[in-house]
Amino acid sequence: MKRFIASAVIGAALTAASVSAALAGTLDDVKAKGFVQCGVNPSLIGFGIADEKGEWSGIDVDFCRAVASAIFGDATKVKFSPLNAKERFTALQSKEVDLLSRNTTWTMSRDSSLGLMFAGVMYYDGQGFMVRKDLGISSALELSGATVCTQTGTTTELNLADYFRSHNMEYKVLAFEKNEEVLKAYEDKRCEAYTTDASGLYAERLKLTSPDDHMILPEIISKEPLGPAVRQGDDPWFTVVKWTLFALINAEELGLTKQNIDEKKTADSPEIKRFVGVEGDFGTGIGLTNDWAYKIVKNVGNYGEIFDANIGPSTKLGIARGLNNLWSKGGIQYAPPIR
Amino acid sequence: MVMESASPAYVRKSFIPSQDPPVNTAGAIGWARKRLFSSLGNSILTIAALAFIVWMLIPIIRFTILDAVWSGEDRAACAKASGACWAYVKAYLPQFIYGRYPIAERWRVDIVFLLLAVAMVPMLIPRAPFKRLNGLFLLIVYPLIAFVLLTGGHIRFTGGWLPASIAAPSALRFAIEFALIGGAILLAIGAFARLTGIPVAGSGTMAGIAIAGVACVLLVVGIDFGLEPVETANWGGLLVTLVVAGTGMVASLPLGVLLALGRRSAMPVVRVASVIFIEVWRGVPLITVLFMASVMLPLFLPDGVTFDKLLRALIGVALFNAAYMAETVRGGLQAVPRGQYEAGMSIGLGYWQRMRLIVLPQALRLVIPGIVGSFISLFKDTTLVSIIGLFDFLGQIQTSANDAKWASPVTGVTGYIFAAIVFWAFCFSMSRYAAYTERRLNRSRRR
Amino acid sequence: MKSGRSGAVSAGRHPLAIFNNPTFRGVFFQLVFVAGLGWIVWDLIQNTAHNLQRANIAAGYGFLERTAGFGIIQTMVSYSEASSYGRAVLVGLLNTLLVAGLGVVLATILGLIVGIARLSSNWLVAQIATAYVEIIRNIPLLLQLFFWYFAVLRSVPGMREKWTLFGVFHLNIGGLHAPRPVFGDGAIWILLAFPIALGIAVFVSHRGKQRFERTGRRPPLGWIYAGLFVLLPIAAFFLAGRPIALDMPQFSETGPLLKRGFKAGSGITVIPEFFGLLLALSIYTAAYIAEVVRGGIEAVNHGQTEAAYSIGLKRGQTLRLVVIPQALRVIIPPLSNQYLNLTKNSSLAVAVAYPDLVSVGGTVLNQTGQAVEMVSIWMLFYLGMSILTSLVMNYWNKRVALVER
Repeated sequence: MKRFIASAVIGAALTAASVSAALAGTLDDVKAKGFVQCGVNPSLIGFGIADEKGEWSGIDVDFCRAVASAIFGDATKVKFSPLNAKERFTALQSKEVDLLSRNTTWTMSRDSSLGLMFAGVMYYDGQGFMVRKDLGISSALELSGATVCTQTGTTTELNLADYFRSHNMEYKVLAFEKNEEVLKAYEDKRCEAYTTDASGLYAERLKLTSPDDHMILPEIISKEPLGPAVRQGDDPWFTVVKWTLFALINAEELGLTKQNIDEKKTADSPEIKRFVGVEGDFGTGIGLTNDWAYKIVKNVGNYGEIFDANIGPSTKLGIARGLNNLWSKGGIQYAPPIR
Repeated sequence: MVMESASPAYVRKSFIPSQDPPVNTAGAIGWARKRLFSSLGNSILTIAALAFIVWMLIPIIRFTILDAVWSGEDRAACAKASGACWAYVKAYLPQFIYGRYPIAERWRVDIVFLLLAVAMVPMLIPRAPFKRLNGLFLLIVYPLIAFVLLTGGHIRFTGGWLPASIAAPSALRFAIEFALIGGAILLAIGAFARLTGIPVAGSGTMAGIAIAGVACVLLVVGIDFGLEPVETANWGGLLVTLVVAGTGMVASLPLGVLLALGRRSAMPVVRVASVIFIEVWRGVPLITVLFMASVMLPLFLPDGVTFDKLLRALIGVALFNAAYMAETVRGGLQAVPRGQYEAGMSIGLGYWQRMRLIVLPQALRLVIPGIVGSFISLFKDTTLVSIIGLFDFLGQIQTSANDAKWASPVTGVTGYIFAAIVFWAFCFSMSRYAAYTERRLNRSRRR
Repeated sequence: MKSGRSGAVSAGRHPLAIFNNPTFRGVFFQLVFVAGLGWIVWDLIQNTAHNLQRANIAAGYGFLERTAGFGIIQTMVSYSEASSYGRAVLVGLLNTLLVAGLGVVLATILGLIVGIARLSSNWLVAQIATAYVEIIRNIPLLLQLFFWYFAVLRSVPGMREKWTLFGVFHLNIGGLHAPRPVFGDGAIWILLAFPIALGIAVFVSHRGKQRFERTGRRPPLGWIYAGLFVLLPIAAFFLAGRPIALDMPQFSETGPLLKRGFKAGSGITVIPEFFGLLLALSIYTAAYIAEVVRGGIEAVNHGQTEAAYSIGLKRGQTLRLVVIPQALRVIIPPLSNQYLNLTKNSSLAVAVAYPDLVSVGGTVLNQTGQAVEMVSIWMLFYLGMSILTSLVMNYWNKRVALVER
């Protein structure tokens, strides 16, 4: 009995000792441990996916790299935690990840009751439907009576219900736990339509046996602004993440790319000078070095480059810029100036 | 005559006509006659069974062998196939085994697998010597080696509570804290002994050994062996299945023994707590336990303490399995005759001595088949971790079946069949082993 | 160390020697145990409260009254997107009960057949049964579930086609479509016919037993029961003026593609997710039940069978009157365990989109973030089921147990 108690005490004491309860802000934590822990989607082509060798790619993944570049000047100082839809918020709340960059929709309830803060919008998305071409329909309004497959634990289930109710249409929903099963059930014709964010539909379509037999309906039934999220109540970290996103967009606006930023660095434009940190103290103001934005673009590229490399028209996904174009080019991507 | 009038209605009143002598009862024909065609009904049954076998086997053989595609580079090979797409399994086999473990580091996983095989085989052969050493290696040294090899080791301990003015957060601070706590424990034991007058040599030494042991373990996981760290997020396939099953087993065994002892304890509080713990875990499905581990466990922890996702699942699985293990062990404890307990008491052994030296060795030997059985269930249950997003063997197969490179109408089914064959091979051999042990134990008990 | 030893010698006089008193020691360690446990629990509660507060999540079950807003494909009570979370949880709970209840029945029947087949004197039959048990028991249930679910989906016709069985049942990938009874006035009489039939059956069984003891002839009780339970309700149906109408599933073959197939809301639809889950659960559990049954039958002394044969009982009678009643004593406890396992395993429904308690609860949890409350509902339900089952099984067990004098 004594021995038992003794060992129990040892156990308890050791646990207490090994807990390095770092209660400082996330930015200081990240700087101390030397990398950013980033929650990403494990299997969404173009947003977050790892290949056979464990190399991650996608716009959400590249955003994490941009944050790492801003802080460390090194895009590799980031570790990825693949998270499924259900556990992503817990992972962020419990500080398992510093940053959630996992095609997550910015909604009011997530701001108000899940303790999240969205740093902006990385990708303006909307929920759509994919159907077989041989169904012979061309609009989501013809879907009345359809069985619809989706993944549980997302906003899609709710949007779906809202859409069909508001149009007085009958539907049945099959909500699976995992993406793989949704796709399989859809492929086996258990359901007529597959619904998720439009970008996700393009990605999932690639995984089908014959992608050309399927089409994505033109209707977008919801607003799905996808963006990176951090915990509430940590303003310095929030600012860093927010301005990383703005820097990406500003870089595109200023015409700064991975290739040309070194030559343009010396240009006369005061805007570029502020951007690369030659003029002003903007970087130190948010706890970084003054060339933070330069390092982002140098390592990762600007917003347009990230978009084109992962999901743009030249990739397999082939998504047009659309809403995600710069405000000056007909889209709604807009960033406050660095000034 | 008196008998006849009183005889009940179901007693025959006349003789049955005599029957012909039996025909051939020896040899193959005799066997078939006896076991397959003993009566008309039986013959019909035999023919129906034969028809059933043929009806079942033909499509299976056609799908898995005759119509199967054995080689190919991508989905084009299987797009038109009506049989299994083994080419896909061949292409993905490394992923099924290692998941996304970096290719350059896979030799580490190989060593872990190899060591397991080398250590398990003599453990399973009853006649092989050095069982005790072998067991110690498997339960203590091996997990440590596996941990360091798989994760890369080099865990940076920084210590927790000493103010930075004494020592900055570092391995040194941790070492100082550890020494302080260890010393305090030894002092407390000494003081307790002096106050109460209970002999302390045994427990003092044991506590010292335990502290030194923990220090060794921490040293080993803290040393930098120059291994590239591999995050658990990149683990997958058979590796994760074996890690979950193995850890679940190793962790649940001691916990299960403690719970079983607790359930049979004379102290009501301990007993009630054990019973509640066991019944609650046994009463709920594993999938809710896993959901709890992945969604709720982080809520229980203080600020800033986080567990790796795999580790959370491991904790859930271990606690769940411990409850089942406790019931298995309890069965063994109950089978040890009361006289053994009493004999232990009569020669003046304390509770823990009695359990350790007399009761548990007998009880655990009795429940080996039960333990293997519960390991089989655990092994099958590991597939559930794929539901919470870990890539175990089944999860990895499911993910790969949707890979754009190989997606075809038969890829998914092929993956499931392959998974079924592998799981079956593992579980069937384990259940055979359990049956063998059971027979062996029964033989020795029969005398 | 040395002082400790001398302390033991002088234990009798030592002021703290009371520690050598087993009773005191017991109480002391229990107090320590309770204190430790209480501390851990308190710590967990503190952490949880703190974390919830930080995440802005209100504790309590109030969320159950908020509007759910998501659809569920199979509902046994009325439910719409405008219903509350509590209603959604109830729907899930009933779905769990449905699949578990049917699964228990199917698994028992299949398990009984396989278990007896394993002991068959026909070698081939015994081998098939053995192969069944050895294959099914050694493959994870989740894998079998996927296999059956996707096998079901692959083998039935698509949404726009159907197979018709007996003229009224239709099968396609949307599920099994059957007529739905619509109860009118007077349907209560048909319901009442059942207790009346039961009453008569008890009476007849009593008289039959008396007659058997008098004459040795067994009245055809089985036929009488069947007649009672079938004819009486039918008679009531006609006498009450046919109060049950059938709502037939409507199938349209014209119109736009999506409008073809079965009309939603007509007839009853049993979804393939239910079939897949039910099939996997029954087949898997049946393998275990078969082993339980075999063990139970083998535990009955062979002398009992021989004695039964020697007094002229036939094989069927021997099985029914001698072997099974004795085997049941051995079978019931492990059988109840298997029933519980089946109920718990039905939670794998999440993998195939069958809306059971865990699946619906998971959605609710995710929409509201009320993890603690939702998990507690799961736990209460499954624990309640397990306690209920063990109570019922204990009662039955007591009834069939050998009365020893």
